[in-house]
Formats: sequence, structure tokens, C-alpha cells
Amino acid sequence: MTERKSASLGEAYGQALVELGERDPFLVVLDADPSSSTRTAQFGKRFPERFFQVGGMDSTMMTIASGLALGGRPVYASGFAVFAAGQGYSAIRQSVCYNRANVKIVATHGGLLVGGDGAPYQMLEDIALMRSLPGMTVIVPGDGPTTRAAALAIASFDGPAYVRLTKENLPILTDGSFTLGRAAQLREGSDLTIVAIGAMLARALDVAEELHRAGVEARVLDFASIKPADEKALITAARETGAILTMEEHNVLTGLGTLVASVTATTSPVPVRQVGVPDLFGESGDPWKLLDHYGLSTKHALDEAWALLQVRGKVS
Amino acid sequence: MTYHAGSGHPGGSLSVTDIVTALVFHELRIDADHPDWPDRDRLVLSKGHAAPALYSALAHRGFFDPKILPTLGEIGSPLQGNVNHRTLPAIEVSTGAPGQGLGVAVGMALDARLAKRPSRVYAIIGDGECRAGLTWEALLAGGHYALDNLVVLLDRNDLETGHRNEDRIGIEPIADKFRAFGYDTLEIDGHNFSAIFEALARARATKGRPTAIIARTVKGKGVSFMENQEAWHGKPPTREEAERALAELGGSL
Repeated sequence: MTERKSASLGEAYGQALVELGERDPFLVVLDADPSSSTRTAQFGKRFPERFFQVGGMDSTMMTIASGLALGGRPVYASGFAVFAAGQGYSAIRQSVCYNRANVKIVATHGGLLVGGDGAPYQMLEDIALMRSLPGMTVIVPGDGPTTRAAALAIASFDGPAYVRLTKENLPILTDGSFTLGRAAQLREGSDLTIVAIGAMLARALDVAEELHRAGVEARVLDFASIKPADEKALITAARETGAILTMEEHNVLTGLGTLVASVTATTSPVPVRQVGVPDLFGESGDPWKLLDHYGLSTKHALDEAWALLQVRGKVS
Repeated sequence: MTYHAGSGHPGGSLSVTDIVTALVFHELRIDADHPDWPDRDRLVLSKGHAAPALYSALAHRGFFDPKILPTLGEIGSPLQGNVNHRTLPAIEVSTGAPGQGLGVAVGMALDARLAKRPSRVYAIIGDGECRAGLTWEALLAGGHYALDNLVVLLDRNDLETGHRNEDRIGIEPIADKFRAFGYDTLEIDGHNFSAIFEALARARATKGRPTAIIARTVKGKGVSFMENQEAWHGKPPTREEAERALAELGGSL
């Protein structure tokens, strides 16, 4: 596996917030994480009057955020994904999205990689919940530079957004040239396409590298912009490569894989295999070993890739 | 309106009508010619299903044509069953999910304070909502931030769908609870205009903490056969009932 430099997504978000706060004197930040481990603290230190620590009140953070936003302010609201999106869902639905309030929810600690705290803290359903809300933009960055770019990109429009971050440091894979609604092609290939998000992006590149050694060229798409989705890139990938493997740290029934399958099924049906968390709750454990344990290992993804290539008749 | 719509909540609309009237026609600094005036006061109807009361008041205050009032609840009408900010801009925020309006009001009050705007924020909440945890979280926040530009008005009619409020999980002693949360708390007759004005004036003069006004009200107020009848929480009147009700209130269909 390739050695890469890693960086904290939360840290990248924290720095972007300070930048945003300098740019826009009306921007305010709320945080429902009592320990401020969501990295909003830098903003709080710099702009104390525009920072509201509402630790433990994730739903009410959303209603308060809506009230602040309806007065014309951009609002960034942060918390653990499981509480921000899970507990906050009804308030995000009614008070944020239904009012089209300019609230940007940046949730940390998404997915299994929370590790030791186990299932109560491992959010595996947030993409499904947030994507089904009318008018909601959904982004799952795969590295620090994309996190920074996404945090800045969502400031450019008036309306709600949800960004899911990972607690663990992730390898730097992009130059941060993230564009909303665009999939970034991280690797060229025409035998197969791997579409991945978040922590699975590095593993997708590892799978592609393994395939390359065996003479198979896989295209790798960073699908950080979940909604709006780059349907064109998916259809092109289906037509040009004939098979798609998706990789996500989310319930496999309702995340990236189903999105990719439904887009391609309409115009260019190709076999789509999905690597993701099965329909179950996580458990405590070493974060990276948990990914392997639940079938998100590079090895398992590689097996899935070979299975796809077999179906396509590209290997025997 | 609820007769024309064939749906809606006449009881809870009538219980809050005097409070809404006092706010829209007397207390609120609002301007129908400049509905977006940044320094205006904000009214949040957290009990969004009392929409007919607020629609009627805003229309007659000049924010929109009263002729559209009978379209309440029709497909395509800006008058949604629960108040909607996007279809009717005179509504400050869409509500309906119990317990959420007060948090939005707290956000609005924080916004005004940060911007050094003189705007005051009035949130009307129902007694059924006082069981929702969100209401208490928002009350905590309002007390913590000592929002003296925030007034919480509780429409205490003690009736909700199918039963008396206190017969289920009761909320009394509600005044003690508001006080404990840091609110200057008053209890008034919610149908006595001078009492309402007096309470609102005291709220305006109160510094360093928010105000809670517990308005004791009568569900279905002003219509003899609806008063204190929980059956009228979510049931529209027939044509005959609507005619009788409006005659008692001094109006007509």
C-alpha cells in the first residue's frame, strides 16, 4: 500500500472557519459538542461574540441556527454526526430545510472510525437522512484539502448543507480542487470504475493500484459531492468502463452505492457492486480494524472488483 | 376559514386570537409597506396550527389581501395548515413540529442582539408543546443568554386533542418552572386586553432576563358551543355551525 501524508479533517474545517469568519463579519458558529472536539474552538477564540457553545443540545442548535440564519446570517453548526443528523433530524427538516435557512451543518465523527465509543456514536445512516431532505446539499470529503474546499464552497450559496467528516486523520489525496456537483477523477482507467467517499477513498486507490499490478486499469472517482450528484460522470463511467464498484463507510442499503446504481440503471445499466457497512450497528474496537471487520477492507473490495471484472468477461 | 378549508384547528386558534390581536395591532413594531424592515419585531407562532388566527390578523393589518383567507388549506394556497414562511413572507418562520418555534425565536433574539438591532422577539407556544423536550432546551438557552428582547407567551388553554392537558403528563406548576429557568414570569387572563398590554409593557421594561407570560385562555373563546370543548381542537365547523359561531363573534361567512 502507498505511504501517504495524513491530516485531520476537523483541523482543516477549523482553519476554514476562521478564514470564513474573517471574510464575513456576520457569519456565526454554533457547536453542540460539549468538549469542542469538533475544532470550532479556533473560531471561538478568534470571534468569541460570534461563537455559541450549545453543548448537548443538537436539536435545539438547529432551531437556534435557523433563527440566526433567517436574520440574514450564514450559520455553521457543528456536532457529532450521530447527534447532529440523528437527533437533529426533525429540527433540520422543519426549522432549517423547510424554511430554506442558510445553515451549514458540519458533522464530525461520521462512520465506524469513531472506534471505541461503539455503535451509539458510529453514524452510518446520515447520508440517507440528509440526502432525502428537499433542498439539502450533502458532501462527504475524503481528505483535509477537500474538507477545506467544501467548507468554503458551501458558503457561496444561500441554503442548507450537510458535510460529514471523519474523526481519524486521513491521507491527503487531492489538491483541494473540489467543485460542488462534480466528481473528481483521481485515477484514469477503462476496465472498471471505483466510486468512493470519505475514508474509503484511499482504499479505493489502493485497490486500483493492486489491479494495475495485475494489468487491469481502474478509474477512481472521488464522489464527495453526494448531492448534487455528478450524474454525468457516473453515466460516462458506466459507458466507458462497463462496471462500477462503490465504497462507502455507511449503511450499504441507503448510501452511495444505491445512489450510483439508481443513476446508472436509468440510462446505462452496468453491474454495480457495493462495498459498505452491512445493515447493522457497529461495535467498539480499533477504528481501522473495525473497517476491515465490517467488510470495508482493501482485500474485500479487491475481491469485489475481480468479481465485477469476471461478470464483464474481462477476466476468466 | 376552517369551515371553507374543511380542516384546521378552530379551538386553539380562538384561544390565542386575543393575544395575536394585541401583538399584531398594538405591540409589534412592524410595517406592512416594508415587511422586510430589518429592525422590525418578530412574531414566532410556535403552535403553527393556530395559523388562522395569525393569517386573519396579518391580512387585516395590511400584509396581504384578506380575500385569500378562505383559501386556507387549499392546494396552491400560500395559507398552509401550519404557518409557512416561504409561501407567505409575512410569516417569520414556518412552524408545526411541536417545540421548535421557541428555539428559532431564541436564535432570532441572539441575532438582533449581535447586530445591535432594537428588534424584539415574541414566541407564542402552546401548552401541549410544554411537554416537548425541545421547548425546555430552548428555554434553557434563552435564560442562559439572558435574552431580554425575548418574550415567551404561553397559550394556556389546558385542552388538546382529545383530553385536558393536565390529565396526561401535566405541566404545572408551570410558572415556577419558567421562574427557575430565569424568566421574569407573569400570569394573566389571556382574553383581557389591558392585562395583555400591561404584561407586554412590563416585558419591554425588563432588563437582563427574558419574560414569560402565562396567558390563561379558553379554547374556542367567543363561541359558546366551542368554549372549553376539546372536540374543537382539530375539527372544522359545518356551514351552520360556522354561521352561528361568526354571528356570536360579530361577523359573517
